[in-house]
Amino acid sequence: MRPSLRTTLFLAPATAWLIAMLVLPLVVVVVFSFGERGAAGGYVPAFTFDNYFNLGARWAAFRNTLTLAPLGTVLCLLIAYPLAYFLAQKADPRWRTALLILVIVPFWTSILIRSYAWIQILGGNGLPRLIGELGFDRPRFINTPFAVMVGIVYGYLPLMVFPIYVALEKLDRRLLEASSDLGSPPWRTFLQVTLPLSLAGVATGSMLVFILLMGEFLIPQLLGGGKVFFVGNALVDLFLQSRNWPFGAAMAATLVLVMLVTVSLYLRSLRRLSGGRDDVALM
Amino acid sequence: MVNQTIAELRNVTKRFGAVTAAEGLNLAIFQGEFLSFLGPSGCGKTTALRMLAGFEQASEGDVLIDGTVVNGVPPHQRPVNMVFQQYALFPHMNVARNVAYGLNQRRPRLARADIAAKVARALDMVRLSGFTDRRIWEMSGGQQQRVALARAIVNEPKILLLDEPMAALDKKLRHDMQIELKSLQRELGITFVLVTHDQEEALSMSDRVCIMHQGRIAQIGTPEELYDQPQNRYVADFIGRSNFIAARAVGRDGERLVAEGPGGLRFVARAAEKTAGEGTVTLSLRPEEIRVAPDGAAGEGHEMRVTHRIFLGEHVEYHLRSAALDHLIAVVPRSTDIAGGTPGVGVAVRVSWRDGAALALAED
Repeated sequence: MRPSLRTTLFLAPATAWLIAMLVLPLVVVVVFSFGERGAAGGYVPAFTFDNYFNLGARWAAFRNTLTLAPLGTVLCLLIAYPLAYFLAQKADPRWRTALLILVIVPFWTSILIRSYAWIQILGGNGLPRLIGELGFDRPRFINTPFAVMVGIVYGYLPLMVFPIYVALEKLDRRLLEASSDLGSPPWRTFLQVTLPLSLAGVATGSMLVFILLMGEFLIPQLLGGGKVFFVGNALVDLFLQSRNWPFGAAMAATLVLVMLVTVSLYLRSLRRLSGGRDDVALM
Repeated sequence: MVNQTIAELRNVTKRFGAVTAAEGLNLAIFQGEFLSFLGPSGCGKTTALRMLAGFEQASEGDVLIDGTVVNGVPPHQRPVNMVFQQYALFPHMNVARNVAYGLNQRRPRLARADIAAKVARALDMVRLSGFTDRRIWEMSGGQQQRVALARAIVNEPKILLLDEPMAALDKKLRHDMQIELKSLQRELGITFVLVTHDQEEALSMSDRVCIMHQGRIAQIGTPEELYDQPQNRYVADFIGRSNFIAARAVGRDGERLVAEGPGGLRFVARAAEKTAGEGTVTLSLRPEEIRVAPDGAAGEGHEMRVTHRIFLGEHVEYHLRSAALDHLIAVVPRSTDIAGGTPGVGVAVRVSWRDGAALALAED
């Protein structure tokens, strides 16, 4: 068999999958977004930009998504980087695997169940009550952006930890020695060598968290109680409740577009920071 | 050479847990010399180098650089620089930024123009002038080696440490690089301390070689001293090749020791310092010190039989055997290869050596 033919054969399942599950649905969404809502909901073929002009009506969903998703990504990054650094560089190798497993353990339970647990903790009978009994004013956590953020960071942290861990773990220790040998104190070695060389991991982790967060609807639904809603929640509403498919499609298409723009800007700036290395642009 | 000490190890021992990597090292490194630590892997040579660099701290004893005890001083505060085994160049920086790295760490900061000028000069010295903007991964192994060298010498260190810098190069390139490194050292006048397991490399470049064995210094000396006057069997065996013959000292002939080997063979041997005048001794006889003549030729000699004959180009190597000596290796220059045809396997020959060719080693 010729190598090119073999390659084609091996790639055929993935290609078929991507066409059927990504390209075609995306085309359908874009086509629908220019249509009109039928009398009983659903889609009626047409060519109008009205759905896009109406996006302002759902501005709150975009605003929440575009603030809480980047903020959640940044918070995950700030918490995950030191943790990954500790695991990769400082932790006793004998304990490393055990500690890594601890990072994944939450994934063994459904995010739905874990979010319900957070409802109990942040709800009126949880932390606020405990704080109240300590003599302070009872704060309100549940159904606030704070609760949503707690859920996001809790749920997405491992996705950020692992890529950064991998990048730091394969970092050649001799580069750190070389930096030290050349007169750089430890903190400057971190800024000039460790950090730039782990940016590939930071990029992967941030992409994973950010892209998934942009489409998130479960956590805002459960911990935001319909008060803090994302584009994802609006889409659920438009497609399943109000059955305005064309408007939902326009919203979904806009979300994809916004995501493409932010992600490519982000990757471009990271690549510049890491000195033009190609392996940063891995997505 | 003026023997002004630039660095010193005083009774230095290094332990990693239960393992002793280096023990009781005493060594003075002189200003401007090229010194090599030579030995097989695990002999403690790299540990010695890393203690000079500051990556390891001595468990016992003192490390001195430029007259100051530097125990506990971290690498970034030591006036030495290192060329790493796999170069350890920064992959996210181009050639110029790699070379400028050390200069950029200076506080107060150096002027940009000064840094640029120093970098250009260093790259010029390693013949990489046109490569300023190149990426590290675009360079060949030999070029990366030069970048690593430039990155270290640009800082004008008191001592340049080289950790097996040529291990990753192919043989031809390694040979060129050895010559280049040696001339660079003469030009700069910086003290070079090299770690290697390659004796040819150590002997060809070094002013002095420190042979390490199981964490200790076996002998320090010029390459000629190590070759001609090894102090113990380990060094005699490690540097070059030698025939070892067990013998019994029977008397003295002035400075020399008269010994009787197996089968009553008589040797007049030079004696290593510590050799006693009597008792058993080990004689070391270099293969090139042995003369091989056709059987029946005039003069004295010991009759042996050729068991192997190996053609080496400029030399011919004979493996010989007799009732008294069951294995003797002789290397004869081809130009003086035995007249009247070279003896093949199984042929009897007459073997001799001059007085003083053998060296009597103390039993160790």
